[in-house]
Amino acid sequence: MNTIERMAESKAVKLEKNEIKGGVHRRQQHDSAHKHVTGTAEYIDDLTEPFGTLHAYLGLSERAHADIVSIDLDAVQRQPGVVAVLTAKDIPGENDVSPVGRHDDPVFASKRVEFHGQPIFAVVAETREAARRAARKAEISYSELAHVTDVVEADKAGLPMVFPPMTLKRGDALDALAKAKHRLAGEMRIGGQDHFYLEGQVAMAIPGEDDDVIVWSSTQHPSEVQHMVGHVLGIPSNAVTVNVRRMGGGFGGKETQANLFAAVAALAAKRLGRAVKIRPDRDDDMVATGKRHDFHVAYAVGFDDDGRIEGVDATYAARCGFSADLSGPVTDRALFHADNAYYFPSVHLTSKPLKTNTVSNTAFRGFGGPQGMVGCERMIEEIAYALGKDPLAVRKANFYGEGRNVTPYHQTVEDNIAPRIVAELEASADYQARRKAIVEFNATSRVVKKGIALTPVKFGISFTKTEYNQAGALVHIYTDGSIHLNHGGTEMGQGLNTKVAQVLADAFQVDLAHVKITATTTAKVPNTSATAASSGSDLNGMAAADAAEQIKDRLRDFAAEKWSVERDQVVFTVNQVQVGNQLIAFADFIQLAYQARVQLSAAGFYKTPKIHWDRDKGEGRPFYYFAYGASCSEVSVDTLTGEYHVDRTDILHDVGRSLNPAIDIGQIEGGFIQGMGWLTTEELWWDDKGRLRTHAPSTYKIPLASDRPRVFNVKLADWSKNHEATVKRSKAVGEPPFMLAISVLEALSMAAASVAGYRICPRLDAPATPERVLMAIERLRAEVGG
Amino acid sequence: MTAAIRNIIRFYLNDRLVELSRVAPDETLLDWLRLSARLRGTKEGCAEGDCGACTVLVGRLTSGALRYETVNACIRFLGSLDGCHVVTVEHLAAQDGRLHPVQQAMVDADASQCGFCTPGFVMSAYALWMQNPEPTVGQVEKALQGNLCRCTGYEPIVKAIEAACAKGGQAGDPLMVERAAMTEKLAALKDGRRVAIGEGRDRLVLPASVDDLADVLSAEPQATIVAGATDVGLWVTKFMRDISPVVFIAHLDELHAIEGRGDMLAIGACVTYTEAFALIAERYPEFVDLWDRIGGEQVRNMGTIGGNVANGSPIGDTPPALIALDAVVVLRKGDGMRRVPIADFFIDYGKQDRAPGEFVAAIEIPAPAEGARFAAYKVSKRREEDISSVCGAFRLSLSPSGTVDDVVLAFGGMAATPKRASHVEAALRGKAWTEETVADAVTLFAEDFTPLTDWRASSHYRLLVAMNLLRRFQLETAGESVRLERQVA
Repeated sequence: MNTIERMAESKAVKLEKNEIKGGVHRRQQHDSAHKHVTGTAEYIDDLTEPFGTLHAYLGLSERAHADIVSIDLDAVQRQPGVVAVLTAKDIPGENDVSPVGRHDDPVFASKRVEFHGQPIFAVVAETREAARRAARKAEISYSELAHVTDVVEADKAGLPMVFPPMTLKRGDALDALAKAKHRLAGEMRIGGQDHFYLEGQVAMAIPGEDDDVIVWSSTQHPSEVQHMVGHVLGIPSNAVTVNVRRMGGGFGGKETQANLFAAVAALAAKRLGRAVKIRPDRDDDMVATGKRHDFHVAYAVGFDDDGRIEGVDATYAARCGFSADLSGPVTDRALFHADNAYYFPSVHLTSKPLKTNTVSNTAFRGFGGPQGMVGCERMIEEIAYALGKDPLAVRKANFYGEGRNVTPYHQTVEDNIAPRIVAELEASADYQARRKAIVEFNATSRVVKKGIALTPVKFGISFTKTEYNQAGALVHIYTDGSIHLNHGGTEMGQGLNTKVAQVLADAFQVDLAHVKITATTTAKVPNTSATAASSGSDLNGMAAADAAEQIKDRLRDFAAEKWSVERDQVVFTVNQVQVGNQLIAFADFIQLAYQARVQLSAAGFYKTPKIHWDRDKGEGRPFYYFAYGASCSEVSVDTLTGEYHVDRTDILHDVGRSLNPAIDIGQIEGGFIQGMGWLTTEELWWDDKGRLRTHAPSTYKIPLASDRPRVFNVKLADWSKNHEATVKRSKAVGEPPFMLAISVLEALSMAAASVAGYRICPRLDAPATPERVLMAIERLRAEVGG
Repeated sequence: MTAAIRNIIRFYLNDRLVELSRVAPDETLLDWLRLSARLRGTKEGCAEGDCGACTVLVGRLTSGALRYETVNACIRFLGSLDGCHVVTVEHLAAQDGRLHPVQQAMVDADASQCGFCTPGFVMSAYALWMQNPEPTVGQVEKALQGNLCRCTGYEPIVKAIEAACAKGGQAGDPLMVERAAMTEKLAALKDGRRVAIGEGRDRLVLPASVDDLADVLSAEPQATIVAGATDVGLWVTKFMRDISPVVFIAHLDELHAIEGRGDMLAIGACVTYTEAFALIAERYPEFVDLWDRIGGEQVRNMGTIGGNVANGSPIGDTPPALIALDAVVVLRKGDGMRRVPIADFFIDYGKQDRAPGEFVAAIEIPAPAEGARFAAYKVSKRREEDISSVCGAFRLSLSPSGTVDDVVLAFGGMAATPKRASHVEAALRGKAWTEETVADAVTLFAEDFTPLTDWRASSHYRLLVAMNLLRRFQLETAGESVRLERQVA
């Protein structure tokens, strides 16, 4: 083939290809997939350490609640390899890492310990092994105080709240309850959950000149780590640079919980003038860092003969642990989801963020929403079993709809697609026929009983703290046409970087391969929000698009002038720029722009419109929009042991116009399984000394491959499109699918209910371990005298 | 006494020979890989053999045959690798960067999210792909029992493995191509010498033979005997216990012998769960369900039946069944051997009938009497890769008239040792084997056991489940289908 032929062929290929590779709305593999499978993706513990790097390890409290009488670290100091020990006295700034400014979250406890596992000191040694061994040699004497670990006991004992509670109300709930034809009251316990990110907490600090320190932190919130390191060291934020390329999982567990580790590493590094790394063992990580809140929900619900709710009065008490951390907004979000997809004509909801002598609980995928929603679905079940109805019929009777579209927080639901999603899933999963078959099966099967449930999800998207709904991005185009992307979001596996890069590739109409994703750093994009609340691509995608738009604007001006065309005749097309009638390769175009001294770099910015929230009044529009979904699960239960299998799950989920269907499906499948773990086998268990005894995978059981539904059908609602002007009309996907797992809990409940003719609500608490399932069955059998 | 002693360990790491003269007895393969060899593709997720992020392959010669198996590098001691071939994730992609078919399949199926667990999954998938080119979904799930992923929900990983297996290409795989050469290289490392490294409180020994082991233990009766390290590994990584001097025994071919001697099955102390699987499945098919739920694949590849017994844990998976089957523990000290019925071996919590310097050489399981029924049940919070809340194993012989001639009911998780329910057994003997008899007898479990309440289960649940397992046994022997099956293709 001669040159001309080759050119002709390549042109033909170009003409055929009418779209870029890796643009939006296309399946695109995770940007690090190749590095993941080869083991070359670097996590913080994999980075090449600077010469002379030291290792820090924490010394933890061995009492749940006690005054510290004395701390004797001489033996620690004398251990081989030990370079220094650090206590509260060694902190030059403030001994506090409270993310909400309540000054209740010390780095090191000094006078009193408030949970078993609270950090008291750090030891720094030449090796991690030496530091870890030395930490055990501390002699700390305590004067013990009474401790409370359980949320119900904390309430009874009158323990204080760690954050002011919130109330949501509309109408007169008590009056509605009094007037309703049927009334039910009950309570439910909902367990907490450990994040079990596979990469534990880790930080490495490298000291610099003056006050400077660079911290590599496995954090979802680099800006907060920056601020906390500054507070603890007593230095301004501009001396601290926080970097994160990727996390080995976060799920909320690295939103605030990375602060302490980063602060300790930075403290040691500045004091000793050497790089310092800190990485707790898995057990210490699980003992010393916060988790999902356990809840106790007490509810009263009034309803009519059709199961239609008339009034709800409910209280949501949460085990917050010893400090506030994010417990205020977490319990708020439980209330925001206490209605799930249903209209409560009159409602009164109150949160109780209670202090306990346990680790301070924190953000976890859903952020209180799941607990609120599980409580809601329990009320639906109660109504269904009381009336002898299929719970799905009760769900449908209560959906938001025309004239019934105001939430307990007075936001109008404008985008309700729950009825359509549920109807489509009901049909595609063949729910009615399968339910009938299951009821027939249960009538003859003595030991194995089955259950099926179809549950919806409606999840509010936006940080309820309005100022968090902003984001920045920094985009450079270099003279060879290659693009450098940086934004304030962090990558924890959710594919955020891939999605934002797709948005940028789409904006410039270049193949994704031309966009380089770079590590998140506070030095490039300042004052960022946590990558949390499912907001990552909504916020950072828009910020990156804004940066691209600024550069494109300048490029249009440049081209319009240079080639004497109208601005609208400058079009970014597939790897080229069309100016009037001529096509110029993108790289060539950029080179010309550079020569013409066009600024090829921009800082983009975005803030979510329309939202506002008045917490004191309990009124406003906390959410920009809602994401919806539904799932249908079928289970089999062994009524001799309470063991079970999930036989099949069908999911239909709404991500608006998907930015990347491959990544979105991954978030839905993974979120569902994680939610299923929370509601089934993942159990946190404290002993009478206040020690968490489920602190490693040997004792804390997250789902395995063989626990996933045997048949697992996951589909996107491909007709959906965000009615708000989000990035490419997509919707957030991180958290909402987590709550799809509620169908598993409800299906287990139905299997249990079968032993009593579906006439008694099993009141199956979460997590529904085999033991809880068997005990629910035993209770029902006893009640019907069988 | 062996004359020649070697003071270095030698093994292959990917494509190079490693010789180490300084090896701490408690140094793990994972720490050595990450800190000394600086191969950081292998991750630490838990340091207790439960998450699989540290999964590597270890190739070993047993009776001349080379087998590659997944192991947890976090609890595998470096010293025990003498004569082995360690394969890490760094070895899989081709020199030119081309991904291994298993890796490519993972990429194509979007099977990684955060990526931290991924190298471990790649190694587990790789081992399966090599050993079983056409696995069922159930076999894929079994191969992944020891790998935790918190992001994906596993679906794309399972699909990736199916796709990789469907694609094949095993013949061109470097480990397959190099198999014969590596077998020779490893054989050349086996020089029949005892290995001894270190001194004072920092020593390890790899005896040359079982006789040499007897000598070593006679000289050092307090040494820590380490076979699969699935328990001792945690003494180090979790409790930082001093285990020196250590005597590693899993390399001894003689202790890997498993053979039928007439009606009896003799299992060498270092036979792993994986090695025993085929013969167990053939002779005691009722044992298979439980066998597949012991640890994860890596733990089954490392863990030994001898260790499960010698360790004396009240929640070990095999002792109840071994008690029900009237197994005998063969103990050796010096040149002396003795045989102890396994039920008598477990004296009390943490106390077994094993003298200092004595070691478990083998477990012998007689064939059940003609017509006897046997069952082994495990109940745990999570179905797989979990420790039992209750483990029950039963053996029953009925008279021609249907009354109970002989019955053994052995339990784990119900007392400080694996223990028989003697009151219930007594109540059943001579009675008609019916639902009614069982319903009456089960109330006596409360006489036999006062189980603990802990994070795995409450005392109440354990007692109830013990009763219900006996009910299940009765129903099953009566021909009723009363078991939950996860039906996978």
